[in-house]
Amino acid sequence: MDEKTIKSPQNIVYQKPRLMNDTPMHYCPGCGHSIVHKLVAEILDEMGIEEKTIGVCPVGCAVFAYRYLDIDWIEAAHGRAPACASALKRLWPEHLVFTYQGDGDLACIGTGETIQTLNRGENITVIFINNAIYGMTGGQMAPTTLMGMKTSTCPYGRQADLHGFPLKISDIAATLEGTCYVTRQAVNTVGNIARAKKAIRQAFENSLQGRGSSLVEIVSTCSAGWKMTPVQSNQWLTENMLPYYPLGDLKNIKD
Amino acid sequence: MQKDNDILLLKGNEAIAHAAIRYGYDGFFGYPITPQSEILETLALLKPWETTGMVVLQSESEVASINMIYAGGGSGKCVLTSSSSVGVSLMQEVIPYMAICEVPGLIVSVQRGGPGLGTIQPSQSDYRQATCGGGNGDYRTIVLAPCSVQESCDMVGLAKELMMKWRTPVIILSDGSIGQMMEKCILPPYTPRRTDEEIRRQCPWATNGLGLKDRKPNVMTSLELDQALMEKRNRELQKKYARIQQEEVRAEHYHTEDAETLIVAFGSAARISMGAIDNLRQQGHKVGLLRPVTLWPFPEKEILELASRMKRIVVVELNEGQMLRDVQWASQFRCPIEFIGHSGGVIITPDEISRKISEMGKL
Ligand SMILES: Cc1ncc(C[n+]2csc(CCOP(=O)(O)OP(=O)(O)O)c2C)c(N)n1
Ligand code: SF4
Ligand SMILES: [Mg+2]
Repeated sequence: MDEKTIKSPQNIVYQKPRLMNDTPMHYCPGCGHSIVHKLVAEILDEMGIEEKTIGVCPVGCAVFAYRYLDIDWIEAAHGRAPACASALKRLWPEHLVFTYQGDGDLACIGTGETIQTLNRGENITVIFINNAIYGMTGGQMAPTTLMGMKTSTCPYGRQADLHGFPLKISDIAATLEGTCYVTRQAVNTVGNIARAKKAIRQAFENSLQGRGSSLVEIVSTCSAGWKMTPVQSNQWLTENMLPYYPLGDLKNIKD
Repeated sequence: MQKDNDILLLKGNEAIAHAAIRYGYDGFFGYPITPQSEILETLALLKPWETTGMVVLQSESEVASINMIYAGGGSGKCVLTSSSSVGVSLMQEVIPYMAICEVPGLIVSVQRGGPGLGTIQPSQSDYRQATCGGGNGDYRTIVLAPCSVQESCDMVGLAKELMMKWRTPVIILSDGSIGQMMEKCILPPYTPRRTDEEIRRQCPWATNGLGLKDRKPNVMTSLELDQALMEKRNRELQKKYARIQQEEVRAEHYHTEDAETLIVAFGSAARISMGAIDNLRQQGHKVGLLRPVTLWPFPEKEILELASRMKRIVVVELNEGQMLRDVQWASQFRCPIEFIGHSGGVIITPDEISRKISEMGKL
């Protein structure tokens, strides 16, 4: 078989999403961000709604999401993506508006915006990458850092008297009247990737249909921040992150 | 054709709310604070979402408000927010993002006495915050200073024109007295909000997805890790600012033709100074007023020209002397420059200005 035959449409079983471009990604090997980017691109492709989609980037490692996905993006200040998205959705009520945020962005500096936006029931989707660390700034403690976990600003491990407790912000979000869908997913296995994709798709559909706010937390790896190989990171995630941040729907209200 | 309800007795703040609806703004996002809450309250009462389709949202903070303006303006919509002193301080986070990303948006700043929580009485002590850029980086914002209810209303229209023309945040720098006082106001006719198609044509840079299949994606970002590229963006911005300084300076004269003493004052201080000038002229003092209408760009050339033929300039402000520095610099000290002011929410009276100018004696 020559290359042309191999690449003919009937033989293609998998390809790069149409909305994902060829810009080399800056993500570290084994980073959860890149997988979730691909899922978002695939879903937008399948839904065919890029002409009425606005993405809001965070400040964090995903700050450059706009380099990789060929849709219109607005880059928010640290933590403020939900405020940006609230305005966008109200001004463009027919559009899909989503934010893509890390744990520091969403659950620390932007906690106020997150809670208020979800509580108003803004018809947006929040994609929340929880890697329990500040990846971009070099591995400092995050609100979601696990007890005992070492980071550059808690080098002896997180301890309650010094640092307080890891924040389960999705559990809080599930208690808010404004949310219709709050789910915790992961992308550490092929099965989990498929489930995460389904969850993001459902969230996007909720947003388009005006059912309320949707929050999809993705428990994710930060191999560089955790100072592990990609394989070790996935193992560490399974053994340490998932027991504290168990996967599954925290809330799913269907009309 | 003018209808009865086009001429109303309104507070300055209320006039701004009416004007935003009538000039075809797409959205207002704001957080309550005295002395400007009537803007949000009036909008809530008028329910423009049922008529023009304008969005009105009470945000969770001024930080959120300014981010809403940034995103809304970035998507090509015509949006505004309003606040007062401490609230405007919080907005400094994102005004620089708007400046460098060239996002249009209107910020109405109804000043009260500071620093800090200060008082809820009128003040002009946020002149520097507005004109020098209270946030980080080399940026400027166009600053308009109304001195009446009518002008508060009209400037909402002017701000829309300027922010769309120059793709820049615009500040209306009002204060507690202009915002709270009631005057007759002739409201403008309704301008329809732009359609999606009009936005697509007028704002091809906007991040709203419209027409994406036939163009490159639009991205609104201030982040630029390559310092040389960042400097290039800065230089482009400076070129735009130079053009704004050439084209958009506005100032009003009052009895300057034969004046020997020139008062320079803006907003409510200018209004009060006019009363003082009328008194002083009756006593035979030849006093005039230059009222900067745009505080940035500042009427530097006019001040230099006037300073060259005045015996004295008196700067009157409701602060401890903020615009004073700009007047000194612009005038190149061609004549003596005095200052009369009050701060912390204390309002100056025409009598005090007249008395102090009389006491300054002949030159
Ligand atoms: C106002 C402000 N404060 C601090 C920073 C520095 N900063 C950049 S990214 C970041 C943390 C990001 O962590 P997270 O949201 O968890 O994203 P991740 O990189 O882990 O995906 C911080 C503190 C900033 N850019 N802006
Ligand atoms: S630092 Fe962590 S979150 Fe950032 S790209 Fe690397 S692995 Fe991903
Ligand atoms: Mg993180």
